[in-house]
Amino acid sequence: MAERKYTATHEWIVIDGGRATIGITDFAQAQLGDVVFLELPKTGAKVAPGEAFGVIESVKAASDLYAPVAGSVVEVNERLVQNPELVNKDPYGEGWLLKVEVEGEPQGLLTEAEYKADAKAEH
Amino acid sequence: MTEPLAFEKSRASLPGPRLPAAGVPEVAPADILPAGALRSTPPRLPRLSEPELMRHYSRLGAMNYSISKNFYPLGSCTMKYNPVVNEVAASLPGFAWLHPYQPEDTVQGALELMWDLEQALCAVVGMDRMSLQPAAGAHGEWTGLRMIQAYHEDRGDERTEVLVPDSAHGTNPASAALCGFRVVEVKSAPDGRVSLPDLEGKLNERTAAIMLTNPNTVGTFEEEILEIAEMVHAVGAKLYYDGANLNALMGICRPGDMGFDVVHLNLHKTFTTPHGGGGPGAGPVGVKHELEPFLPRPTVRKENGHYRFDQERPKSIGRVRSFYGNFGMLVRALTYILAMGGDGLSQASLDAVLAANYLRSRLDGLLEFPQPPPCKHEFVASARSLPNGIKALDLAKGLLERGFYAPTIYFPLIVPEAVMVEPTETESKATLDAFTEAVAEIVRLAQSEPDRLREEPTSLPVGRLDEVAAARNPVLRWSPRAAD
Repeated sequence: MAERKYTATHEWIVIDGGRATIGITDFAQAQLGDVVFLELPKTGAKVAPGEAFGVIESVKAASDLYAPVAGSVVEVNERLVQNPELVNKDPYGEGWLLKVEVEGEPQGLLTEAEYKADAKAEH
Repeated sequence: MTEPLAFEKSRASLPGPRLPAAGVPEVAPADILPAGALRSTPPRLPRLSEPELMRHYSRLGAMNYSISKNFYPLGSCTMKYNPVVNEVAASLPGFAWLHPYQPEDTVQGALELMWDLEQALCAVVGMDRMSLQPAAGAHGEWTGLRMIQAYHEDRGDERTEVLVPDSAHGTNPASAALCGFRVVEVKSAPDGRVSLPDLEGKLNERTAAIMLTNPNTVGTFEEEILEIAEMVHAVGAKLYYDGANLNALMGICRPGDMGFDVVHLNLHKTFTTPHGGGGPGAGPVGVKHELEPFLPRPTVRKENGHYRFDQERPKSIGRVRSFYGNFGMLVRALTYILAMGGDGLSQASLDAVLAANYLRSRLDGLLEFPQPPPCKHEFVASARSLPNGIKALDLAKGLLERGFYAPTIYFPLIVPEAVMVEPTETESKATLDAFTEAVAEIVRLAQSEPDRLREEPTSLPVGRLDEVAAARNPVLRWSPRAAD
């Protein structure tokens, strides 16, 4: 399986061939607390690196979600509409957010070690 | 103690009230209304006797928590005492019985009051003119941004972005987005102030304005505000002052002198009009001369000792509220200003800052403080060092159990497990000490009996509510039982 990469804004991405799966990190879900609502793009929408593609809302706060790469959305995790708690329970598995057809070469993604150092410095 | 709904207490056997004769010929509704507007079943109105209804509402009122009962340390909301003299002035028949359609000649006193309030508020914040129309702070923000938008458009200058710090009140980005601007977030430096290098990188010819509150939401003064103003003006953008935190600065320094071009005030915060369900609010917006043509119309004009509404404002963004704003709040605010006087307003701000610093120093050691002292009128602590997984939410619930209102929690977003407290100048040392004792007891419980703390409150009308379930599956409508 392809290596999981990260962003400084707490998203993860696994790129397999030209197809990527995107979610938020375990650290992010723990900081947010219980997720109650997600606003995600429609299939076919374009996402751009560092640009907001959606909103995640917990009982504490609402935050933008940022795309790690450029691409077009090929699948959205529809189960999250009824079960947003999947993001808390299994952020790297059933709590995935989007699948994207990657366009261009991904830039500036962090390795797990880099991300962990980053998140530690932040808190 | 709980109280059923009036619908649940209703008894079908009770007759409705007997209404007096109408005094005009009766007309059958079907003769004058279209079929679609007529109901086929009678409305489900509760049936109770007058004493039952009176007791129902009195019991609900007794459950209510308000500033009249105890301390309300809600950060960034300035929940200060609402003096009774404000209510006396607002209920004077000459104010209370006015009709907005009365001719100007018969409401000269009301216009004079609006004129005087505008002058007083302009003097406090260093603006040239003000609109009293907006009905709340966020409404004031929207009005101010619309004026900035109109100003740029008038100059043929297309500006599409509004900068907002990551510590801002949530209403700032919301107001900018509603005006059609793209919101660009400016990062905070570790001390909670605006990061100048980050600001520099985000200012450009697309920037319409930056929205700032000073002191900011972590309760610290933006000491580099003059540099910020220079940078913002250098690219042709405007500075918007979110007046939610003005209570720290009244009569000490003025946003107008710091370089701000537009200011909104929350009369229901700084100027003691009712707030938090006791409203309605009032969010006047002041501007410098350059933006005056764009003020909502009408404004009040004074000519030869006579007052009139000035409707001739061709560049005005238009009305933003029916009639003249929440007039009763304007009466209360001017009453407060006149009762306090200029020196009194300065003293209120000094006392508000003193109270916040006193409470902050008492709580130091119980909670963690990400920013060093001193603070201004409010401070942000963090509950993240509490043991046994006790969170800011548990601390807030524990305070409810001990008779206090909860502080603002989880805001600002830049502080993890944030607990934001604003005592205001109207709380005594004894109250602040009692609050400190309550926090100390909760911190002890977090150590010794965390599970007990997680179950609080237990002595209030409702216990610990399931906020997650309420957000995920909101039930927003009560349905009457099928039985009756």
